[in-house]
Amino acid sequence: MSKSITFTIDGVEVTAQAGQTILQAADAAGVYIPRLCAKTDLSPFGACRVCTVLADGRPQAACTQPVSEGMVVESEIPKVQQIRRDIIEMLFVEGNHYCMFCEKSGNCELQALAYRFGIVAPKYPYLFPQRELDASHPDIFIDRNRCILCGRCVRASKELDGKNVFQFVGRGPNKKVAVNAEAGLSDTDVAVIDEAIDACPVGAIIKKRTGYRVPIGQRKYDSKPIGSDIETK
Amino acid sequence: MSLLDIDDRLLKLVELIDFDKSPIDDIKSFSGPVDIGLIEGGCSNEENVHVLQEFRKHCKILISIGDCATMGGIPAMRNNIPLKECLDEAYINGPSVHNPGGLTPNDPDIPLLLNKVFPVHEVVKIDYHLPGCPPPADAIWEALVALLTDKPVTLPYELLKYD
Repeated sequence: MSKSITFTIDGVEVTAQAGQTILQAADAAGVYIPRLCAKTDLSPFGACRVCTVLADGRPQAACTQPVSEGMVVESEIPKVQQIRRDIIEMLFVEGNHYCMFCEKSGNCELQALAYRFGIVAPKYPYLFPQRELDASHPDIFIDRNRCILCGRCVRASKELDGKNVFQFVGRGPNKKVAVNAEAGLSDTDVAVIDEAIDACPVGAIIKKRTGYRVPIGQRKYDSKPIGSDIETK
Repeated sequence: MSLLDIDDRLLKLVELIDFDKSPIDDIKSFSGPVDIGLIEGGCSNEENVHVLQEFRKHCKILISIGDCATMGGIPAMRNNIPLKECLDEAYINGPSVHNPGGLTPNDPDIPLLLNKVFPVHEVVKIDYHLPGCPPPADAIWEALVALLTDKPVTLPYELLKYD
């Protein structure tokens, strides 16, 4: 049995196990910290920084920072909320996010976070980058216009499917998700039942012929904000 | 069109406000300063910019309505394709194009296309945004009622939608 640790989130005392990250401990305590790249069952990655908190006064990604005895974590304070909001806005202007025809709309975690934060329009100028599509696979397509480089597909394919289908290539603005084949996704050993396909928080990896099946009003985030499942625990 | 979806509340609204330049009364240019301007659509050509600047000049409060106005919308899908390629596809190379002269329209009466489609808040200052495709009629109603009754414009969770 691992050692118990006591720390505080926004002044509320939380008990955690040694070795847990701030995010894991907060989830267990019913405190929602917004996140995109973090996903249960996947290794912590620290890519999106949406889960930024102040840990003893310093900005840290809650998904990678382990808890320590007596740590003071600040989460729902204006300074931290502003950081998270800015990151979400930057993710929107950095890609081509056309929610109005996206299959993932209503079930998209990026969109749901923007709703939760009440973002009506980003304050940054849209970049409208040129991104590639890969529709070569009969059951799955990749639309990099919507990719936020969270690395969930990369990790899920490696850690859960044991396949290594996806990987990042390039750096900075040229960074993108590539597939493990000379040509396209159809030449990899990816399967439509792979965890990596469901791991995508946005509409970048989509199962073909499954879009728009759930009517508007009944989709995951239509009436309940993202994170409410953790908060009502 | 979402404005019309507020249905019979439109009658209540008419009692509270007067329309100036609008498609409802077909007044083409502003007759004077107005309190609230509703603008839809992104800026894709010089005429759009001109109209938008006129709105900003005459309206105390300017609200952008719909995804085209707030993020460019479907027309903005041309933004990562060079303008020349877009025009060539539309007037010369497109599979259904019949244009024996092979010329792209270039009449001075046709408003000049901008290099990109811009969300309106990247061209002038916008006071409030109502995203959605289309925005829920209730969102427009809530915003207008809040402004008319001097209350802060805040959309409830169910009314902030991008689709």
